[in-house]
Amino acid sequence: MMFARRALLLGATAALTGCDRLARNDQFRRALFSAENFHKWAQRSLMARDALAQEFRPDQISPIFRANGTANPNTPAYKAIWRTGFADWRLRVDGMVARPLSLSLSQMHALPHREQITRHDCVEGWSAIGKWRGVPLRTILDAAGLRQDARYIVFHCADDMGGGRSYYESIDLVDAFHPQTILAFALNDRPLSVANGAPLRLRVERQLGYKQAKYLMRIEAVDSIANIGHGKGGFWEDYAGYDWYAGI
Amino acid sequence: MDSLPDIAGPIVKRHRLSTRLWHWLNALLLYILFASGLGIFNAHPRLYWGQYGANFDRAWLELERFGSWWTLPASYNLALSRHWHLAAAPIFAFALLAYMLWSLANRHVFRDLAFRRGELAPRHVWQDIRDHARLRFPTGAAALRYNVLQKASYIGVIFVALPLVILTGLTMSPGMNAAWPWLVDLFGGRQSARSLHFIAAFALAAFFLVHILMVLLAGPLNEIRAMITGRYRVPQDKSGERP
Repeated sequence: MMFARRALLLGATAALTGCDRLARNDQFRRALFSAENFHKWAQRSLMARDALAQEFRPDQISPIFRANGTANPNTPAYKAIWRTGFADWRLRVDGMVARPLSLSLSQMHALPHREQITRHDCVEGWSAIGKWRGVPLRTILDAAGLRQDARYIVFHCADDMGGGRSYYESIDLVDAFHPQTILAFALNDRPLSVANGAPLRLRVERQLGYKQAKYLMRIEAVDSIANIGHGKGGFWEDYAGYDWYAGI
Repeated sequence: MDSLPDIAGPIVKRHRLSTRLWHWLNALLLYILFASGLGIFNAHPRLYWGQYGANFDRAWLELERFGSWWTLPASYNLALSRHWHLAAAPIFAFALLAYMLWSLANRHVFRDLAFRRGELAPRHVWQDIRDHARLRFPTGAAALRYNVLQKASYIGVIFVALPLVILTGLTMSPGMNAAWPWLVDLFGGRQSARSLHFIAAFALAAFFLVHILMVLLAGPLNEIRAMITGRYRVPQDKSGERP
């Protein structure tokens, strides 16, 4: 059986090198990456436009909600707004909107809320359940008056990912106007902690964790994501090759 | 290297084209899915039961990362492992569905895989286990039918392990959870589905190893030729009796 074992290992190694070499070929890479389009099409066909992500009971909440991504932006600008308890923080809403907005945290608190106990799924494989409270993104977009030709909503964040690049993400209008898509300022009945994205983060519950942009500073409506970052629509999409559609 | 019996038997048609195509497509796709799956698993090599599970929660299994010999790509790259996995998975799932339907339509399932009367009797099953343990393989006409252990493992793979690995894979998708919430309920939570996905993948890997072992023991050239061309040389009893 030694022979069989060696043959198997040899075969596996050969297959692996072959696959790795294939994945460096541009055309093959494009084909491999295009599976995202199939999954997006299939999922959007199978689900109702406003189909809700599962919501859970209070006793199903994770005892400790693991934070994803940046634990603390730690930039001078962020520290300055953190020191004032985010009194100086403003959310800018601009781009393809009729009425650009600048909203303070107390203005956000004064808007109608939605509360939801949902599961956060990290691309790495772990899940945590938490109770979020925030303002539906739809409310903000309606107030700003989204222009007819806007197609995507881009989220610009305070966390510096190295080399002066800030985190950014984008979603399309199907998810932007989804009832569970909220700008959350509270987790488990407490103001958002720094690790979880204070003062405000996005919840887009039918997608993976890296879409849930934290430390929101600016929301921009655009007609194309080609001019954002390197054109893939998000920081990890641009720098690590993650799928823009993170429903799977 | 093939230990052909001293008296070569007749050559017969063994495997249908649909079976042969599906077999080799699966060999390729299961390799890609297993190796890229281990690459994805390496991002968080802990498994949980229930709806949630992260570092602060109790894991029922915690492993070291799988080495670069095992994973696709060889060096850790979660994004690329996911691209391989999510590109291969739908092809794999629809191929299984097509093969299942085709095998029901052409009666392959009823003719070759369904248990016959008496086959499941404990005495018969025990005899089959003893024959396997002694490496006594059937010859002549008996070699053309699947024995009860073979049928059980083929049925187990086609109708249990493969559908399980596909459905638990779908259950991990947050988009599919919104589309088909019953999937999460069926498996008792996303993290339970992730655990079952892992267990089913290793059950398939175990099947693969036993399968390879059996092919090697039964005469690899004849078996592999049968799965490529469909033509199979019927092994004869070494005592010299011709059918």
